[in-house]
Amino acid sequence: MSPWLPILMAVPVVGAIVVALLPKGSDKLAKQVTLAVSLLVLVLTGVMAAGFKPSGERFQFTAAYDWIPSFGVKFGVGVDGVALVLIALSVVLVPIVVLASWHDADGVKTADGTLITPKRSVKTYFSLLLVLETMMIGVFAATDIFLFYVFFEAMLIPMYFMIGSYGGAQRSYAAVKFLLYSLFGGLLMLVAVIGLYVVAGSKTFMFPELVGAIQDPTTQKWLFGGFFIAFAIKAPLWPVHTWLPDAAAQAPAGAAVLLVGVLDKVGTFGMLRFCLELFPDAAKAFTMPIVVLAVISIIYGAIVAIGQTDMKRLIAYTSISHFGFIVLGVFAMSATAQSGAALYMVNHGFATGALFLAAGFLIARRGSPFIGDYGGVQKVAPLLAGFFLVAGLAGLSLPGLSSFVSEFMVMIGTYSSAAHGSGALTVAAVIAALAVILAAVYILWMIQRAMNGPTAEPVKLFKDLNAREVWVLAPLIALIIGFGFFPKPLLDVINPSVHQTLTNVQVPTSTIAEKGTGQ
Amino acid sequence: MNTIPAPTIEYGTLAPLLVVFGAAIIGVLVEAFAPRYLRKAIHVPLTLLSLFGAFALVLVQVLRGQVATTASAMGAVAVDGPSLFIWGVILVLSFVCVLLINDEGHFVASAAAVPGSADEEEAEAEGGGGHTEVYPLVLFAVGGMLLFPAAHDLLMMFVALEVMSLPLYLLCGLARRRRLLSQEASMKYFLLGAFSSAFFLYGTAMIYGYAGTVSLPGINEALAKGSGLDPLLMLGLALLGVGLLFKIGAAPFHAWKPDVYQGAPTPITALMASGTLVAAVGAVLRVFWVGLGNLDWNWRPIIWGVAALTMIVGSILAITQTDIKRMLAYSSIAHAGFLLVGVMATFGTAAQNAVSLKAILFYLAVYSITTVGAFAVVTLVRDPGGEAGHLSRWAGLGKRSPMLAGVFAFFLLAFAGIPLTSGFFGKYAVFAAALNSGTQPGDSMGGWMAGLVVVGVVASAIAAFFYVRVIVLMFFSEPAADGPAIAVPSTGTVAVIAVSLLVTVGVGLYPESLLGVANDAAHSLFIR
Repeated sequence: MSPWLPILMAVPVVGAIVVALLPKGSDKLAKQVTLAVSLLVLVLTGVMAAGFKPSGERFQFTAAYDWIPSFGVKFGVGVDGVALVLIALSVVLVPIVVLASWHDADGVKTADGTLITPKRSVKTYFSLLLVLETMMIGVFAATDIFLFYVFFEAMLIPMYFMIGSYGGAQRSYAAVKFLLYSLFGGLLMLVAVIGLYVVAGSKTFMFPELVGAIQDPTTQKWLFGGFFIAFAIKAPLWPVHTWLPDAAAQAPAGAAVLLVGVLDKVGTFGMLRFCLELFPDAAKAFTMPIVVLAVISIIYGAIVAIGQTDMKRLIAYTSISHFGFIVLGVFAMSATAQSGAALYMVNHGFATGALFLAAGFLIARRGSPFIGDYGGVQKVAPLLAGFFLVAGLAGLSLPGLSSFVSEFMVMIGTYSSAAHGSGALTVAAVIAALAVILAAVYILWMIQRAMNGPTAEPVKLFKDLNAREVWVLAPLIALIIGFGFFPKPLLDVINPSVHQTLTNVQVPTSTIAEKGTGQ
Repeated sequence: MNTIPAPTIEYGTLAPLLVVFGAAIIGVLVEAFAPRYLRKAIHVPLTLLSLFGAFALVLVQVLRGQVATTASAMGAVAVDGPSLFIWGVILVLSFVCVLLINDEGHFVASAAAVPGSADEEEAEAEGGGGHTEVYPLVLFAVGGMLLFPAAHDLLMMFVALEVMSLPLYLLCGLARRRRLLSQEASMKYFLLGAFSSAFFLYGTAMIYGYAGTVSLPGINEALAKGSGLDPLLMLGLALLGVGLLFKIGAAPFHAWKPDVYQGAPTPITALMASGTLVAAVGAVLRVFWVGLGNLDWNWRPIIWGVAALTMIVGSILAITQTDIKRMLAYSSIAHAGFLLVGVMATFGTAAQNAVSLKAILFYLAVYSITTVGAFAVVTLVRDPGGEAGHLSRWAGLGKRSPMLAGVFAFFLLAFAGIPLTSGFFGKYAVFAAALNSGTQPGDSMGGWMAGLVVVGVVASAIAAFFYVRVIVLMFFSEPAADGPAIAVPSTGTVAVIAVSLLVTVGVGLYPESLLGVANDAAHSLFIR
């Protein structure tokens, strides 16, 4: 029994209560408390992660308390390598988002005086953010499937209010669409969770005890379906992706970062851990259809992104393309591809986070999300343009930046995967590689239109990044470049748990190849 | 000459019932003899004390471990574990509803006066306080609710049905505002209710013709021996089913609910939406599980269809509603459907059936307390002409009164079954029981149960839409310029909302204690 994870989960929620109870008019204090709490969580996570032994037990820092004995539910937590890096991603992003959202609820005005967002309750926003942090840690740390489900669904509510109360003009439509899509998927998963419990008959929801519990192939397929649809909506995979561009475009930039950077990862994380390990036969049987959907997502997301005029929607569509890569890597059933997919989840969080935040700063200066309203920003605000460029290049997976490593691993791992024998995966990898070219088009074209060329009239009033904004972007850019050249620390943590997954899926060990970091 | 033997009556076991009915009769005497200015001062403590006393008597029986194992009062009333649990729930609910009823301004001063007439104005001017008959009427209705799920034979059940329903018909017509709507509700409820009672009675007669007895275990015994295809039995089953399903508002017998819920004074709506539903589901369980337990091959497919239809109809029609009370009425229909899913989960070992029963009892407790809280919030949002029923009037409430809107949003999320609210665990328990009962070997309904659960979650997803829509209105819309005023809540109303909120949050975080109570109540199943 290790108290680490329960403490990590308790700190933000206590912080949220403190922030919510602050007296009226203490907005500044609310922000400071939130930042302090999120930094404390970051430090605690760092200390905990330092004690993680990659070669040790699969699940470490485990703890389990009886929660609802009548249902066989435990408050069971513990992390393997993949969960650990995703928790690390979450707790790194939260303080950055806090700093980035510093004035989001204050009522933002542009340089020429037009109101972008009206004044709203600052305390509510930041306490929702902290509640969300608890749930993000909880969803990755849960080793009890029921507890995972509880966090999976409950985390929709703070995000729903963050989009609905603090978002753009279409916010209530976007918030409702987001909530209903996710809720529907979640309810199907609920049926599968109950089914798993009933069919396994082992009176427990603890994940390690349920691995291998379902043997009947037909039952596996049905239950797999329930889980997979929920995760595919969350991830999101074509054709159930349509909520994401709306939600991400309407959400305030900070919330969009957490939505795309962390919440959606729960989908791919769930596929990797639950779909594959609980239902290995079904996962193998459904590999090809899912790979086809993933490839469609990759290409479709990239093509649609090219056609976007709204910056945030464009980034959302690039994410759909990237999530296609992650899903492809998960289902390619080779160690390189799955390690690449897990690494991709982290790198995508940093890269897309940086891009969303840089776009958010740009939009905050002009009040318009449309690329066509900008031009020549780099002459007026070179720092902003520079950060935007690096973030964009990370989005198109330029070698030397972190996303390149993971994208390359996914493609190599898929290309050489023997899992499906016929070479179908090789074809999939070749088609997916086309997206690399499309990515260059959508990113570079956006940068060209917004940053280069003649300076548009309102853009001339722009101020460059202030210190707060630099502090938001600099750590992300440092991480992107750092992990681009030196991904080993992450891979060392990820690899053992991916091996464990593949062993549970019973993929022949000969295909579990090593290395391939692309460096 | 033969002597008629005196019946044995277990006064101790039946004490909660007797206290409530006794207080109701005293209430009538108060109405007759006490001067008008004193009446309310006598009624309120009398009503609250009797409900509290009855609850204490239930507790005493449970805590002393003296739950009866045979039927009381010559086999007419079964005070078993489930009965006591349901009694406890109903008594708590009626206690908090009386706190709501206590508030000024819900009831008309003179119900007999024609709306808009000079008589009415006069009555308003002099009396003002509303009818004090409300209190004994509520007590009679509560007494009926207690007896209904505990009745051990069909005749006693019919008597309980009438004792419960007649005061409610009357109470529905007593709303102070929108008199015509209220009277219409009362009339509709009375006519349709009378029909359904007739169905029930006719069904009882048919079944008596088949089994030669009205006692529930007697009927079950006759079923074990006789043919299951006797026309008398079939007709009786159908008619009895209509009567019972009407009371819980299952489709296609749901049409009265929205009209009545909308027209009735809101505290009475709260009482009906919680207490009546709990009592009626209890009665449905007893009739189908005890009386018709050996006939489940015949009724389970029918209930399957009714449950699926009820969930779908309730959820879909709720979307088109523009009145908050009508919306909650359709939501109540959908929840009745979810409960019926649990009613079907009775094809297993005794232990498995006990799990299903526990799930239903738990669901009833958490759903009904949240319902009372939601209606209590509805009473506070007022226009000059009364409560602000129309949904558009609720726009921007989150800005004007964040606390109240936040609490209401939380209740709505509980109705929608979002995790970390009590509603989620209720829904989970019922669905798990249904799937669990579908795994029994020899149950041809096995796959169908899984199908019904899928229908249930689809209906939940649809239902989530209209709950969420209200949240959107309250929080994400700008307030109307002449929006409704938030009445300053009385202590009673605050207490009601606080209790419901505490239960909804508390059970949502830690359901084990309530589950434990439900488990103790359910583990011995019904007296047979």
